[in-house]
Amino acid sequence: MGPVSDTLEPRVIAIIAKHKHLDPAGLTAATTFEQLGIDSLDAADLLFKFEDEFGIIVPDDVARSLRSVGDVVAGLRELNAGAAGSSRTGTS
Amino acid sequence: MRRVAITGLGAISALGVGVPAFWDGLVQGRSGIRRITHFDPSGYLAQVAAEVPVFDPVQYFEESLLPLLDPFAQYALVAADEACRAAGLELTEAESDRAGVAIASAMGGAATQDKGYEQLYIRGATRVHPFTIPRMMNNAAASHVSMRFRLRGPALSFGTACAASAHAIGEAAEIIRAGRADVMVAGGADAPIVPGVVRAWESMRVLAPATEDPARTCRPFSLDRLGIVLGEGAGIVVLEEWERATARGATILAELAGYGATADASHITQPGTHAPAQAIATALAQAGLTPSDVSYVNAHGTATRLNDATETAILKRAFGAHAPRLAISSTKAVHGHAMGASAALECIAAVLATRHGIVPPTANYTGPDPECDLDYVPNVARAMDVGAAISNSFAFGGLNAVLAIRRADHA
Repeated sequence: MGPVSDTLEPRVIAIIAKHKHLDPAGLTAATTFEQLGIDSLDAADLLFKFEDEFGIIVPDDVARSLRSVGDVVAGLRELNAGAAGSSRTGTS
Repeated sequence: MRRVAITGLGAISALGVGVPAFWDGLVQGRSGIRRITHFDPSGYLAQVAAEVPVFDPVQYFEESLLPLLDPFAQYALVAADEACRAAGLELTEAESDRAGVAIASAMGGAATQDKGYEQLYIRGATRVHPFTIPRMMNNAAASHVSMRFRLRGPALSFGTACAASAHAIGEAAEIIRAGRADVMVAGGADAPIVPGVVRAWESMRVLAPATEDPARTCRPFSLDRLGIVLGEGAGIVVLEEWERATARGATILAELAGYGATADASHITQPGTHAPAQAIATALAQAGLTPSDVSYVNAHGTATRLNDATETAILKRAFGAHAPRLAISSTKAVHGHAMGASAALECIAAVLATRHGIVPPTANYTGPDPECDLDYVPNVARAMDVGAAISNSFAFGGLNAVLAIRRADHA
């Protein structure tokens, strides 16, 4: 596998676009959840999908700080999303 | 005093989707009970249930809503849609504030809960889907119905087990009588045919075992009755303040004339006779009916040894010398015990009995039990004048609720 970070943003955008039935071409790092009409329930559903897709657990404090596509990408990068060995069901 | 008209009905059950399929099944005594398909019941004591047949939720709900709906909420919405359409309910903004919802569910989102447990305990997951709570909460059906039909008045859910939707309908009528709302969409929904719930009922030793002919498993009031057959579905009625319904030219299907609710206050599962008979007396008194005015009783009739004998004693206690002249039937023989949906479905049966002058039979009746010696309308529907009917519901926990229905032109 190539470096995860190179593909992280398009993967995040693809998940969000699919969830909201939008064209991914219209989304950038600057796009906010508010612009996309993502409410708190949507956000919980999306985080669940990110956790599945990237094999991570997003802690509540990180989850609450996410306001935009770029926030998600940065947050996931910090959580080492997709890196070998990480697993949401792994022991702490 | 403000009176309560019934102006719309909606039903989904083992007899199919819609009131026409429901009524046809009742009158024909066509059982909807068959081998369980929602999961593989091999190895279960109870391998049959009254499942909703051929229901594809994708046909009913938009893609964005469906993930939020456990089957019990889906059933509630389908039945509410039918009932509100039948009632021709079109509310102005101001009327929306005076229209409410009361929908019961005994088990809530049982399938969602079961799936969540499977993920956690069997598959070793450390998390469940974030919609687990909004799907399984008992008020989900009431909330979705309130959202879909813009009902912004009192919104309630009832969890009083097998009497829950009788409580929902009865209390909704009280809300209208008290002037707190003019319209209430009321009833119940449940979808309990999942492994965890079926196993739990099995352990109570009240479920009918597998038989050679699944359709004939549920035999209320018969000597050889075997026990409860679990069912699922939803029953919804639209209740309206009488003058409002008349003024807008709505078809009044029947009057929700009386409601009695009591508690045995004695045993968590064994039924008594005093409090249920009192609930019947209260419902009749509110309706201004004497015992001899009642011609049809839609019985609780679960087909357990204890319930059916006790209910017979209750009816004798409540109706005295008139009891042998009552036409009594348990329609659970064909739609099973749909838990929190049961009383609403059975209320609909009572409404339609008054409207059509037909009493649906107790299907699968095989012969008399000395302890059940009243007229249970065995196997064949009976054409008869029904000016007033009651629907009995007696829940585990000793909670009793009785609805009295008066034919519209008897008002």
